[in-house]
Amino acid sequence: MCTFVGSAAEPTETGKKGEAFNPGEVILHHVADSHEWHWFSTDNGNFVSYFPIIAYQPSKGLSVFSSEKIAEGKTHDNFKLEDERLTTLDGSKVYDFSITKNVAALAVSSLVLLIVFASVARSYKHRVGQAPTGLQGFLEPFVIFIRDEVAKKSIGPKYERYMPYLLTVFFFIWFNNLLGLTPGAANLTGNIAVTLMLATLTLLITLFSSNKNYWTHIFWTPGVPLPLRIIMIPVEVIGVITKPFSLMVRLFANITAGHIIILSFISLIFIFRSAATGLFSVPFGLFISVLELLVSILQAYIFTLLTAMYIGGAVEEHHDDTHAAGHEHDDYGFAEERRGGSNIAHLDRPDVAAH
Amino acid sequence: MQLITPEFGLLFWQTVIFLLLLLLLARFAWKPILGSLKEREDSIDAALKMAENAKLEMQSLKASNEKLLADARHERDQMLKEGQRIANQLVEQAKTTAVEEANRISQQAREAIQQEKNQALAEVKNTAAQLSMDIAERVLRRELADPAAQQQLVDEYLKDVKLN
Repeated sequence: MCTFVGSAAEPTETGKKGEAFNPGEVILHHVADSHEWHWFSTDNGNFVSYFPIIAYQPSKGLSVFSSEKIAEGKTHDNFKLEDERLTTLDGSKVYDFSITKNVAALAVSSLVLLIVFASVARSYKHRVGQAPTGLQGFLEPFVIFIRDEVAKKSIGPKYERYMPYLLTVFFFIWFNNLLGLTPGAANLTGNIAVTLMLATLTLLITLFSSNKNYWTHIFWTPGVPLPLRIIMIPVEVIGVITKPFSLMVRLFANITAGHIIILSFISLIFIFRSAATGLFSVPFGLFISVLELLVSILQAYIFTLLTAMYIGGAVEEHHDDTHAAGHEHDDYGFAEERRGGSNIAHLDRPDVAAH
Repeated sequence: MQLITPEFGLLFWQTVIFLLLLLLLARFAWKPILGSLKEREDSIDAALKMAENAKLEMQSLKASNEKLLADARHERDQMLKEGQRIANQLVEQAKTTAVEEANRISQQAREAIQQEKNQALAEVKNTAAQLSMDIAERVLRRELADPAAQQQLVDEYLKDVKLN
């Protein structure tokens, strides 16, 4: 939020009083990625960290230089920044592998995750047979929850293979959601590239663990009259893609929306150019911020739960078709439990209602 | 539309870093953590089972103790009864012996008395004979003609005699 206040204050401080404050531009600028890390601005100048630009041009090869050289409309070599997008002056194709603000935040949060969980793992080794304490005691319930309530219930007896991915996804999203709420931090989980990658990984895992039963369900849905089965094929095939697509959009939209709401409340102060607006904006902003704390873990949980359920659907064992068509069940009774256990499951599994 | 167009660079780094993170966490965090959790749960399970077994064992021990106690009580009752019986028997025996002894003693006493009586009678007979001899002697010595005087004399002598 510091960055926001800094740059929002700029137009008035530099004397350009006539220039209208454009909240849309400012907000979008703040939820988007950037090639530099703008910490805050004071009267004495901006405090900005510049990251290296790593650009690959098929015609000219790799070039690496500091993003300071092309900051604020400057050009360097063949490069310039257009709305934070690296382009070339001659219009040729360029692939941008730069360390952006989000990449830096990603590296930092990954390091944090590694340090935290390595230390937690160490305390398990040092305190064998003892009750968990401290960080270990705080994080253990989440690990157990993901294992027992998410993985075991959604995937069934084969859950153990998917535990590393589920735990990593859960804590990665949660930690980054929380870090994204800190002032000046990057909006990592609110970036579609990040959620796209996570959703793609979930899709790949689902496809690679799918069994015959899963594909039979898609191409020859059991328990459905023959003409309907033909119609069900495209529906089910689209379902394969929409499931991870919903994962991608849900996380991205939730986190970005939260940021936009908070930024909008603060923008009101600058739009009305009155401190009194703060009486309204600050409590509302605070409320949304606290709500975001809840959303940060909720979104991590939902992403993990749905991932587990998609995997569960792919590894589920054969159904008995002679049974009543309206009943989804498997050899282990997990499906029944799954359907009864969570309301979210109903909302996100249109295929459940289909058969 | 910058917001919903994934940037190629971030996508690349996210893939690289996330997969690296996944591998490292799986190797250095999730494996030991999940392993320890499982181990701990197993040990708790085992401890609970052990406690349950101990409880059952305690119960059976208690039951066997009670049985032992009941047996002991029964034995004690038996012993008391036996003792009573022996005591009664002893008393009975003693009584019989006592009666027999008493009978024997009184028999002896009777015999002794009979003996004494016979002896006494013999003595009395002897004394009476002696006496008669004396009287006869004295009568012969005085030669009394008068039968009255004789009678008087006999009475006189008899008066002197004390039959003891």
